[in-house]
Amino acid sequence: MPAGFQLLSLTPPGWGGVLLAGLFASLQLAIGGYLLGLAIGVGGAFGKLYGGPILRDLLEVYTTVIRAVPELVLILLLYYAGTDIINQLMALAGFPAVDISGLVAGIFVIGVVQGAYSTEVLRGAIKAIPSGQVEAARAYGMGPILALRRVTLPAMLPYAIPGLANLWMIATKDTALLAVVGFSELTLVTRQAAGATKAYMTFYLAAGVLYLVVTLASSVIIALIERHARRGMPRMG
Amino acid sequence: MSDGLSGLPLYVAPKARSLLEPHRLVLMAVFAAIILCAIWFMRWDWLPKYGPRLLYGVWQTLVMLFSTASIGFLLAIPIGLVQVTGPRPLAWLARIFCTVIRGTPLLLQLWLLYYGLGSIFAQYPELRSSVFWPYLRQAWPYGFTALMFSFAAYEGEVMRGAFAGVPRGELEAARAFGMRRFTAFRRIWLPRALHRALPTLAGETVLQLKATPLVATITVIDVYAVISKVRQDTYLTYEPLLLLALIYLCLTAVLVAAFRFLEGRIPTREA
Amino acid sequence: MKSIVKTLALAAALGAAALGAAQAQEVKVGFAAEPYPPFTSPDANGKWVGWEVDFMDAICAEAKLKCVITPVAWDGIIPALTSKKIDMIIGSLSITEERMKTIDFSDKYYNTPTGIIGPKSEKFDATPEGLKGKVIGVQVSTVHQEYVAKYFGPGAAEVKEYQTQDEANQDLAAGRLDAVQADAIALDAFLKSDAGKCCDLKGNVKDDVAILGAGVGVGLRKGETDLKTKINAAIKAIRANGTYDKFSKKYFDFDVYGG
Repeated sequence: MPAGFQLLSLTPPGWGGVLLAGLFASLQLAIGGYLLGLAIGVGGAFGKLYGGPILRDLLEVYTTVIRAVPELVLILLLYYAGTDIINQLMALAGFPAVDISGLVAGIFVIGVVQGAYSTEVLRGAIKAIPSGQVEAARAYGMGPILALRRVTLPAMLPYAIPGLANLWMIATKDTALLAVVGFSELTLVTRQAAGATKAYMTFYLAAGVLYLVVTLASSVIIALIERHARRGMPRMG
Repeated sequence: MSDGLSGLPLYVAPKARSLLEPHRLVLMAVFAAIILCAIWFMRWDWLPKYGPRLLYGVWQTLVMLFSTASIGFLLAIPIGLVQVTGPRPLAWLARIFCTVIRGTPLLLQLWLLYYGLGSIFAQYPELRSSVFWPYLRQAWPYGFTALMFSFAAYEGEVMRGAFAGVPRGELEAARAFGMRRFTAFRRIWLPRALHRALPTLAGETVLQLKATPLVATITVIDVYAVISKVRQDTYLTYEPLLLLALIYLCLTAVLVAAFRFLEGRIPTREA
Repeated sequence: MKSIVKTLALAAALGAAALGAAQAQEVKVGFAAEPYPPFTSPDANGKWVGWEVDFMDAICAEAKLKCVITPVAWDGIIPALTSKKIDMIIGSLSITEERMKTIDFSDKYYNTPTGIIGPKSEKFDATPEGLKGKVIGVQVSTVHQEYVAKYFGPGAAEVKEYQTQDEANQDLAAGRLDAVQADAIALDAFLKSDAGKCCDLKGNVKDDVAILGAGVGVGLRKGETDLKTKINAAIKAIRANGTYDKFSKKYFDFDVYGG
């Protein structure tokens, strides 16, 4: 096994540095995709709850399709189609093609997938707010934006956090699927390192440990956030 | 909010409230037009040639799905149970199993199982004369194991909650009737826990279906692998993938409908 | 309000123009995101090394292009080219009629025979008879996949398809495969490595130019004749001025350009 540890050292000939760079890329993807998904989710949830009938139906189609098709298939479709469509739109508008980096394409893909789940989580959380609270805000003369910022969003947070926390966990793991399109995130660089050195077991185990560290660290942070968001609420049995 | 096992809202098909509202008719016409355009302008001439293989692929996907989900579910029962009853070491083991499987990407687990073990086989050629070799040699046992573990870990977490959530009074009542521990488990605790866990099963099975294409990366032939083959043979980017998305959409719809039908047949009296 | 819209439009146009200008000099070279020694492999520094990396550096310097290595999954490398994720492919891509329907190629820059390897303990030839009943591994989307399907399967041999060449080799070493067909030069690199000790070359397959192609070329998008002319001129120049032979000597003791 000492040979195995040497392979993992942070400086060449060890591949530890490469793995950490891959982990960094994975985290960038996960954070970017998660935030984009959250933005889509806020818009989607409000659209589904308060939008017109057409918007509501379109959002329904979006969330249904995304949640019924495997992420791997969506990633392949969106990774190629996303850039293509944007460039064709640019061409229609008379602009030259833009250069979309792999990272942006990856964040876009993860974000679109996450957005569908976020929409459902946030919609459920908004619906769980006692309606009296929002009505009270209205009665005090708050406009819709102010009421959203000061009442709806903070009040729904405790209901949304468990679902959103799970989405974050899923985002970190979904980034691994980008290995299949050749994006150099943790799983792909692990595969390359394993292939180049033939030490498959060592590298896959090492990557597993890295993912696990991310998961465990996340759950600690999530627990802290949850406690903060729940302050002043009765403990849920 | 109906939480799936992973705290995600369960997959719920849109209610067919009234498909005949005017704006729906317009939307449906628009979608129909898009689909017709896709059929008209894109290349589908490869379809007849690959039709039989696609059907075989769908069959393989379904076999993979149902075998791993059913055996994974059976495994989830003890995993959930020992976390509630102990003994401590077993409870810890089950807990670690769930954390590790749920905390790492399935793709990585698959490659670790298939290529990681493969590199060990390369070092110890003696293994090739063992009775298990005909199985170890093929790819599907690894795909099966990884998918089954994944289902067991996620559903094991649900079962833990389900076992813990059965009201104590019911178990005490069973003991008061003179049931032995095992009888009480078999007649009361297990059925009540299963009953509580059933609603998550539909969502979990859909998630499992969506995980199956990953096995194509270790040379198992499922419907995703067949479509990949089409992509490589025809150099088409979108058409095969769009068809694949449609196939999964249909499979999910059928699954959800089947579960809804089954759930309708199981009496629920509690609120 | 109107002026804001105007400013925005102007800014967008300027930004797009700047991007367009930057793109003119920069060429994204698609590499298969996998170790494929001795041609392209990632090293522990996170850099790409190998004969094709030297080749790329040489032609890009010759043609005065700023080349950026962009790793792409091998089975999606042609879609990546057509959907403009990359601008050219340097990845031991054989020039075949079938691929020419979708993309364009430069002139060939090297050539390799096609070999079949198998465990040392088993004796068989690289012929349809020799491979009868064997499990043979190939990389997806390669000429070998097509060749094997035509000559050895179906009915004769069971074919398993791998996403990367290295994983096919690994499964041969693990004993899950009886044979692997691939480019002979790449197979030779594997046989010389530690993991390749298990196996030896069973022979080269009978050539079929229609499937196996006539050498390896740089993959280009159709219609980009400008780039194609530059690349072809560069290949000719490095062949003539000795650069090609100089970096090839580091890797091979034979003429990799072939006849």
